[in-house]
Amino acid sequence: MKAHRLTRAADLAALAIVAVIALQLPTVLSSFHLGLAMEILIFGLGAMSLDLLASTGLVSLGHAAFFGGAAYTIGILMNTYHLDFPLTAGAAVLAATALGALFGLLAVRTSGVYFLMVTLALAQVVWGLAYRQSSITGGDNGLSGISRPMLGSISLVTQRHYYYFVLGVVAVSALLLYRIVHSPFGLTLKGIRDSESRMKALGYNTWLHKYVVYVLAAAFAGVAGALYAYYNSFINPDTVTLAQSATFVLMVILGGVGTLWGALIGAGIIDLLRNQLGLYTDRWPTVMGAVFVLVVLFARDGLLGSMPRAVAWIGRNARRRT
Amino acid sequence: LVGVLVLAALVLASCGETKPADTGVAGKPIKIGFFAPGSGNFAAPGQDMKDGFNLGLDKYGRTVSGHNIEVIFEDTAGDANTALNKARNLVEVQKVDILVGPLTAAEGYAVRDYLAGQGTPTLFPIVSADDITQRKPTKNIIRTGWTSSQPAHPFAEYAAKTLGYKRMMTFGMDYAFGWEWVGGFTQTARDNGITIVKRVWTPIGTPDFSAYLSQIPSNIDGVFALYAGADAVRFMKQYKEFGYKGRVNLIGGGTLTDQSALRSMGPEALDTIAAYHYSDGLDTPANKQFVTDYLAKYNKIPSYYSENTFTTARWIVQALKAVNGNATDRDKFLKALRGVSFTDAPRGPVKLDKYDNPVQNIYVNQVKMIDGRLRNVPISTYKDVSQFWTYKPETYLQQPVYTRDFPQCC
Repeated sequence: MKAHRLTRAADLAALAIVAVIALQLPTVLSSFHLGLAMEILIFGLGAMSLDLLASTGLVSLGHAAFFGGAAYTIGILMNTYHLDFPLTAGAAVLAATALGALFGLLAVRTSGVYFLMVTLALAQVVWGLAYRQSSITGGDNGLSGISRPMLGSISLVTQRHYYYFVLGVVAVSALLLYRIVHSPFGLTLKGIRDSESRMKALGYNTWLHKYVVYVLAAAFAGVAGALYAYYNSFINPDTVTLAQSATFVLMVILGGVGTLWGALIGAGIIDLLRNQLGLYTDRWPTVMGAVFVLVVLFARDGLLGSMPRAVAWIGRNARRRT
Repeated sequence: LVGVLVLAALVLASCGETKPADTGVAGKPIKIGFFAPGSGNFAAPGQDMKDGFNLGLDKYGRTVSGHNIEVIFEDTAGDANTALNKARNLVEVQKVDILVGPLTAAEGYAVRDYLAGQGTPTLFPIVSADDITQRKPTKNIIRTGWTSSQPAHPFAEYAAKTLGYKRMMTFGMDYAFGWEWVGGFTQTARDNGITIVKRVWTPIGTPDFSAYLSQIPSNIDGVFALYAGADAVRFMKQYKEFGYKGRVNLIGGGTLTDQSALRSMGPEALDTIAAYHYSDGLDTPANKQFVTDYLAKYNKIPSYYSENTFTTARWIVQALKAVNGNATDRDKFLKALRGVSFTDAPRGPVKLDKYDNPVQNIYVNQVKMIDGRLRNVPISTYKDVSQFWTYKPETYLQQPVYTRDFPQCC
């Protein structure tokens, strides 16, 4: 109990530090790096929503469908119907949620590797639509000309303004996700992950729990996707590929499944490696691969998930030496 | 704890960013950002782009009026979103004066809006999406390569008038690049009295063409196929295995027999006719010298990727000379870029039309074996072909861009 309260305090302190740093970033970073910071926050939110699902024991290889689905909704509504910001963004999140509600009906019936395959297949349907319905989606060439919105009278066109907007939305979403994970509902989800049959025996409607969490994850991925569409001003099928879905899974694994914040760290590492390493070496995919191998070998619970063990290990060794 | 690592890394990354400037010669160095695939599906043609560009700079000079030319290479991995990020980095962090790249049309469209907003002088040596210089032009993106349908228009006339085809079937890769090629071919073929009796679109990366090849009708004069890269290699092979080679004439879009694919082909490619804005077997001093130099340095026959970036390097150097190495005055430099023309590029004479796309020769090539290597040998030349062929630009731009449903067929 006491230990728990201690970690709570540590978490809060860390949160405060991060908040201060995050608010100061626009003053230190160039516009490009501020863009990267936004991308990390956005992908981080996408990965966190997947972590919500993964911590229920449901590993999805189709999360990009919701992320990209929302982004496409914005592109289509803006390009074809010229709708306003709150309406488009709302429609985008709604579209992702509806997609989740639809896919959930099919996917949640399965579990384990079958869940993986079904989600993969469903996401490929979205990719196929994006790729082939070129009169609406622009096909491979994608949709461009998505301009950043006005928030009331405040223009979000500049990197700085849009960064604060992204930061705000991601922070609120992250807090909501945190609340969900630590609510009785979240505890039930943990129970389902550990032993679904026992939860069933206890009288829980596990299907409904899994379905709801699937739809919730889709909704949050939709929020991230909507932010991404405005950030990138461009959307094409590369955003809804299997590779993108797999990247979300990697972000979660790298950070540590079930740690929530870990997904954000995972997103940060992957995005930085992908965008910065290329400047120094042509072999950046190799370095990225090595990082994954090392994490799987030495930090099996992910970077954040392995933190307690690492701290314990250091403590043990320090004591031995003295 | 949370994310502190990430943020720290981010700050570090931004600090470690600025590389020391090359100081060999006095004068501010001219920075060129070159972004193309260095990994992923398009790594091989991306390498050709890089090789051609380096060879071009070696030949035409890495110093202009006391300013060193400094090139920063970035890997787009063939991914549109990555390409956009790399372009942002090159423009905002590296502060390059000139951008060259990328490869795929999707990458091109991804960076188009952003670059139009930034105004950085940009050269597209490879991206051939029609609308970049047709319905969606910009004031700072100049194409030094070609548009997808540019070689297709004269080639259809050739098929009708010289080869005498009346009834044809088309095969094409099912995405914008394939649509524009096949669409351009279909339109001019119709103008010249060819009936397209059947049209087939195949997904990128089709491993097995049997389901498509078996649809070739018996009473046609020829098959037109547009394939690139690994698809071209597989299609050519299976076309022979199905017994069509020698029985039904096969002609193709330039990428079908471009060196980027031809290097991986065998005798099955022999005698195939394809049209392109480059011919590696072109018998001019400029091209022979280029092929010899390229072969000596990289032990490969240059592909069109190599030629287009080679010529782009020369293009930049020539424009820089016109402004005494001062690329910071963008309007002046863009004007200089637009003023460049060559009579002796490896591909032949090149000059820009007023929509910023080259007017250049289109070669009808036939694959021959020369010194143990498969080569494209020109058998006919259409001189000074514009992206609008013989159509009036104004009326041509009224029609929609070619898609899988336009022009309609069969």
